[in-house]
Amino acid sequence: MTSHIPSTPSLSSKAPLVVEMRGIVKRFPGVLANDHVDFELLHGEIHGLLGENGAGKSTLMNVLAGLYRQEAGTIFVKGVPKVFSSPRDAIKSGIGMVHQHFMLVPSQTVTENILLGLDDPRLIMRLSDYDAKIAKLGERFGLKVDPRAKIWQLSVGEQQRVEILKMLYRGVDVLIMDEPTAVLAPREIEGLFETLRAMIAQGKSVIFISHKLQEVSAIADRVSVLRRGVATASGVPSKGVSRQELARLMVGRDVIFALDKKPSQPKDIVLEVAGIHAESDKGLPALRGISLNVRAGEIVGVAGVAGNGQSELSQVISGMRQCTQGQVLLNGDKISNRNTLFGIQHGMAYVPEDRTHVGSAPNLSVTDNVIMKNFRKPPISKNGLLDMKAATKLANELKLAYDIIVPSVSTPVRLLSGGNLQRVILARETSGLPAFMVAVQPTRGLDVGAIEGVHRLLLAQREAGAAVLLVSEELEELLSLCDRVYVIYEGKIMGEVMTGGEEPDEGAALSLSKGLVDTIGQMMTGTPLDQIQKEGVTAHG
Amino acid sequence: MDYTIILQAGIASGTVLLFATIGELFAERSGVMNLGVEGMMLIGAMSAFSTTIATGNPWLGVLVAMFFAGLISQIHAFIVITLQADQVVSGLSLTFLGAGISLVLGEGLSKAGTVSLLPNFSIPLLAQIPILGKIFFTNQSILVYVGYLLVPLSWYYINRTRPGLHLRAVGEYPSAADALGINVFRMRYFYVFVGGMLAGLAGATISLAVSPGWFSELTTGGQGWIAIGLVIFAQWDPIRAAIGAYAFGALRRLILDIQGPLVLFGFANPFYYNPYFGFFLQMLPYLFTVVVLVIGSREAMRKRIGAPAALGNPYVRGERGK
Amino acid sequence: MAEPTTFKNIRAPFRFRIEPRLSEPPAWYPALISFGAIIVALILGGILISFAGGDPFRSYQHIAKASFGDIGVLSDTIVKATPIILAALACSVAFRMKLWNIGAEGQFIMGAFGASAIVLAPVLPAETSRWIFIPVMMVAGMTAGAVWGFIPGFLKAKFNVNEIISTLMLNYVAVAWVNFWIFGVWTEGGFQMTPKFPDGAWLPRLLDYAKAFPIFRGLTTHLGLVIGIVAAIILWFIIFRSRWGYEIRLIGDNPNAARYAGINITRNTIWVMMLSGALAGLGGMSEVAGVVHRLQTAPVAAGYGFTGIIVAWLAKLNPLAIIFVSILFGALILAGREIQPSGVPKMIQGIILVCLIASDFLLRYRIILERVEE
Repeated sequence: MTSHIPSTPSLSSKAPLVVEMRGIVKRFPGVLANDHVDFELLHGEIHGLLGENGAGKSTLMNVLAGLYRQEAGTIFVKGVPKVFSSPRDAIKSGIGMVHQHFMLVPSQTVTENILLGLDDPRLIMRLSDYDAKIAKLGERFGLKVDPRAKIWQLSVGEQQRVEILKMLYRGVDVLIMDEPTAVLAPREIEGLFETLRAMIAQGKSVIFISHKLQEVSAIADRVSVLRRGVATASGVPSKGVSRQELARLMVGRDVIFALDKKPSQPKDIVLEVAGIHAESDKGLPALRGISLNVRAGEIVGVAGVAGNGQSELSQVISGMRQCTQGQVLLNGDKISNRNTLFGIQHGMAYVPEDRTHVGSAPNLSVTDNVIMKNFRKPPISKNGLLDMKAATKLANELKLAYDIIVPSVSTPVRLLSGGNLQRVILARETSGLPAFMVAVQPTRGLDVGAIEGVHRLLLAQREAGAAVLLVSEELEELLSLCDRVYVIYEGKIMGEVMTGGEEPDEGAALSLSKGLVDTIGQMMTGTPLDQIQKEGVTAHG
Repeated sequence: MDYTIILQAGIASGTVLLFATIGELFAERSGVMNLGVEGMMLIGAMSAFSTTIATGNPWLGVLVAMFFAGLISQIHAFIVITLQADQVVSGLSLTFLGAGISLVLGEGLSKAGTVSLLPNFSIPLLAQIPILGKIFFTNQSILVYVGYLLVPLSWYYINRTRPGLHLRAVGEYPSAADALGINVFRMRYFYVFVGGMLAGLAGATISLAVSPGWFSELTTGGQGWIAIGLVIFAQWDPIRAAIGAYAFGALRRLILDIQGPLVLFGFANPFYYNPYFGFFLQMLPYLFTVVVLVIGSREAMRKRIGAPAALGNPYVRGERGK
Repeated sequence: MAEPTTFKNIRAPFRFRIEPRLSEPPAWYPALISFGAIIVALILGGILISFAGGDPFRSYQHIAKASFGDIGVLSDTIVKATPIILAALACSVAFRMKLWNIGAEGQFIMGAFGASAIVLAPVLPAETSRWIFIPVMMVAGMTAGAVWGFIPGFLKAKFNVNEIISTLMLNYVAVAWVNFWIFGVWTEGGFQMTPKFPDGAWLPRLLDYAKAFPIFRGLTTHLGLVIGIVAAIILWFIIFRSRWGYEIRLIGDNPNAARYAGINITRNTIWVMMLSGALAGLGGMSEVAGVVHRLQTAPVAAGYGFTGIIVAWLAKLNPLAIIFVSILFGALILAGREIQPSGVPKMIQGIILVCLIASDFLLRYRIILERVEE
C-alpha cells in the first residue's frame, strides 16, 4: 500500500547538509501530525515538501521555523543541534518562513512590517533611513516593492514579496515557503520561481511546501512526501520519479481523477447576473460590470486568483453584499440588494467559503444549524413556536443521509472537524432541493475523502436539475466538475470557456487540455479571451 | 462668572480623565479592552488617600495608588489573556471588584481629617501669557503638568518608537508580531498594567489634588466610564484624548459653577432660583458622552478605520485549520 | 491554543499540560465548576475580610442564619431576590444577543418612575381598585423601561454606538431624572421622598392574608415574586421554544450566519433592548409597589441592575436557573447589610464573578497532570 523510497546518498556527499530533522514527533489533541519524521536539506537546493491537506507538512516546517515545539526529535542546523523556543531563535539560526497566510499588519507600511520584532532601531525610528535600505535589498533579489506603501494597498503578489524581504532582511539562509503559489496566477508563479532561483544563486536554500504535484516537480531539485504524518519519501531527486509515483506516495492509492459525469443537458437560465458593480469592504471597486448566467442542470465555474472579486461576487449573488449597479435575477425575480430571505424562499442555496464565521453558528447545536433556512415554516415552527421534536427528527435524518459523524445532533458544531462541518452545511443547503446553488471554495482544507464527497454532491445537484455556480481556486476541480468556466480578473470577466466533454484519464489529469489550462491561465492574469484568440495563442498540448 | 477660573479648574478636573483615558488607550491599542477603569480609579483614590494619611507623604500615596491599581488590573489580564475569557464580562467584574475592595479597605477613611496634598505651583514665564497662562500654567497641581507632558510623550511613543511599533502590531495583527518573535502575551499583560497604573494615578489625582478626600463610590462619579467612551472618541489617539478629556473637565466645572450666580448671560439664572434644575445639569456630562460616542462611531464607520483590529479578541496561537 | 503551554514545576516531578477539549464535558460539569468557583470566591472573600479586620467565619455564618434561618428571614430573602430576578432576566435576554446591557439599573429606575407616575401624577385616582392600579402600573413600568432600553438599542443599531457605555451613561441620567421628580415635584413635605402610595397601588403581600393563614404574619413577600417567576417561565419559552428566540440565539452566536439566514439584526437589536428594558422596568415597578410604596431614590437605585448582570452570568443566561441564583444573591445582600465592613457584599459579588469567568476556562480546556521523564 505505501511505498517508501529511501534517500539517495549520492547527492548528500557533494553538498553540505544545512538542515537535518531527525525523528520529529508532533501531537495535537486528537491527532498525530508528525510521526517520527526525518528531513534533510542540502545547501543550495530547492527542496519540495509534498503532501495533501492535513498531511503534516506545514506542521513539520512550523516546528523547524520555531513556531511549534516538537514532542520528540532533534533539529540540526549545519550539524549543530538546536532548540527553538520561538520563531526568533529559528531566525537567529538562519531559518525563516513565509507563511501561506501572510503575517503582515495591513495598516502599517512595508518598512514598518519588515522592521517589526527587530532590536534595531533601539528606540527612535527614523523610517526614511530604513526605506532606502529595504529598497536596495529588494533590488538585489529582484523583489520590487515601495517601502512606504501600506500593506492593504498592495496586491497579493507584492505582499508575498514583502514577506520574502522580511526574511532576507534578517539574513536567513534557509527560506521555507508554505504553499506560496496558492494565491498567485500562473504568470506570477513563474516570477516567484525566478526569485527562488535568484536566491539559490546567492547562496540560500529553499524548502517549498505544496500540495500541487506539477509545481513541485517543476521547481524542486529533490522532493520529500508526507502522508498522514509519515514520511513516505525523503529527498528523492525530482527528475528520478514519475508524477504517478509521487501521487501514489501522497495519497496511498491510485488517484482517481475521473468522475462519473454524464454529458450536460442544460435547460433554461436560472441565474442571471447582469452588469454588477460592487465595492469591497475597503470601499474600493471590487466588481466592475460582471455578467454571467447559469442554466438548470449544469455546473458553471468561476476561476481566478484569490482576491480578484470572487468573494464579492458570491456575496452579491447570495445577498450578503449590496451592489451599486446592475442586478441579479433568479428565475426572473430580482434578488440583488434585497434581504437574503427572498433568495432563500426562491430556492437559493449558498455554501460560503468561511465555514465557521459565516456558514455556521459554532456554539449552537447541529440541529440549530440545519434548521437555519427553514425555521420559519412548518414543520419546524408553527405560529411562532418552534417544534424541537420535528427539528431533531430532521437533524437525525440529515445526519444519516449526509454521513455526518457526530455523537449526537445536539453537539455544538464548533467541535466538528472541517469535513463534518461542511457536510452539515451542505446538508442544510441541498436538502431543500434548491433551484440554484453557489458554492465558494467548498473543498478548501478537506482531505481527499471529503473532497470526493463534496464533488459527488455537486454533481448530484446537477443531475437533479439545479443550477450550480462553483467558485474555486483549484483549477483541476473546476475542469473536472464544470461544464463551463468563466474567468474573473480584477472584477471583470475575461472570458468563458467550455470544458465539458473531455474525459481525463488516470494520472494525466494535469496535462489535460493544456491548451485550455494555458488559456485560462492567461485570462487569470488579465488577458481577455478575445485577445487571446486574436493572438492565436491557443497552445497545442 | 470668571471663565478663566472655571477653565483653570476644568483643566485640573480634566487631568483625571486624561490619565484614565490614555491608560485605557494603551491597553486597547494592545488589543485588550479593560472595562474596569472605574474600579481601578476607586482603588487608586482610596489607596492614595489612605497611604497619605498613614504616612503623611502624598508622593508615596501616588506611588502606592498606581502600583495597587496596576496589580489589580493584572487579574483582568490573566483572565482575558491567559484564560481567554470574554473581555467585557471580565472588565465589568473588575469594576465590582475594585469598587468593593476599595469600599472594604477604605472603611472609615472619609472621617479622616485634612491630609497633606501634592504641591500646586505656577510655571514662571508661561503663567504670564494672557488668558492661556492663567488657565494652563497658574497654580495647578503638579499632576496637571505631568498630564501635559504625558500627551506628547504618549503620542511619540506610540507612533515614532520601536516599542510603539510593536504595540501597534500586537493590537492590529498579533499573529504577525508573534511570528517575528514578539511576545504578544507579555506585551498585553504589560499594557494592561500600564492602563491600570494610569487609572490608579487618575484616582490619586482626585483624592489628592482635585477633590481631596474619600467619598466611597461617589469619589469617581462615573468618570471611569466616561474615560472609556473618550477612548472611542479619541479614535485611539492621545492628542484627541487630551482634547476630549479637558473639554469634559471644563464641562464638569461649568456645571458646578453655573448654579451659583444670580445672573447668567444677562438673564436671571434659572439654576439659582430653582435649585432642582440642577439635576438636569448633572445629566449633562453623561448625555455628552453619548453624543461624543455617536460622533466617534459615525466617524469610524465613515472612515472605515477604528479600533485596533484585534481589540476584544483573545490571541490564540496557530488555529488548527477550519 | 494548539500549542500546549507547559509550566515546569521545578520541585515536583510533575507537569501541567493544557489542551483544548475535543468533546462536550458531561452535563453536570458546568454546574460543578460554577459551584467550585463560588467556594473559591468565598474563601478569597474571607481572606480579604480578615485583612480588613473582620471575622470571615462569623460573617458567613451570619449570612446563612440571617437569610435562611427561619421563615421570617427566608421571606425577607425572597423579597430581596424578587427585583434581582427581573433585573437578571433583563440582562440575560440582552446578553444572549451579545448586547451588553449594563443599563438594567437605569431601566429599573425608570420603571419605578413610570409606575410611580401613575400614582403621583396622578394618572389614576387614589381610590382606584388594585385590580386596575396594579396592571396599569405594570404596563407603565414596562413601557418606561422599554423606552430607556430603546434609546441605546437605537443608537447601537443605527450608529453602532457602543452599548456598554451608552446604557451606563443612561443609568446616571435616570438617577438624576428621578431625583428631580422626587425632590422638586412630588416631594412630601420637603423630605427626600414622595408621599406614600394609596392601598390600591400596593402589591398584595403574604401578611395581608395573615387572618386566614396565621403563619403568614409579618411576611412581606409580595406578588412581585409571582410576577418574576412567571416572567422567567415566559422568557424561557421565548428563548428556547419560539422563532424569535432562535433568531436571538443565532444573532448572538454568529451575526453573519444570522444575516445569511435573512434575520434582521437591526430590528432585533432594538426589540431585544426594549424587551430587556421592559423586564428591568417591571422589576422597578415591583420594588416600588411591593416594598417601598413610594418613590425614593436609595431603595430603587440600589444596584439591582448590576447584581442582575452577575446573576445572569452565573445562571449561564438560563431564565429558570436565574430564579435560584437570585435567591442566593438576595441572601447575600440581605445579610450583608449588617456585616462590617459595609463594602463586603459588593466585593464578594465581584470576586464571585471573577472566579466564575475564570472557571469557564475549564469548560473549554483540560488540565492534564503528567510525570516528567528526565
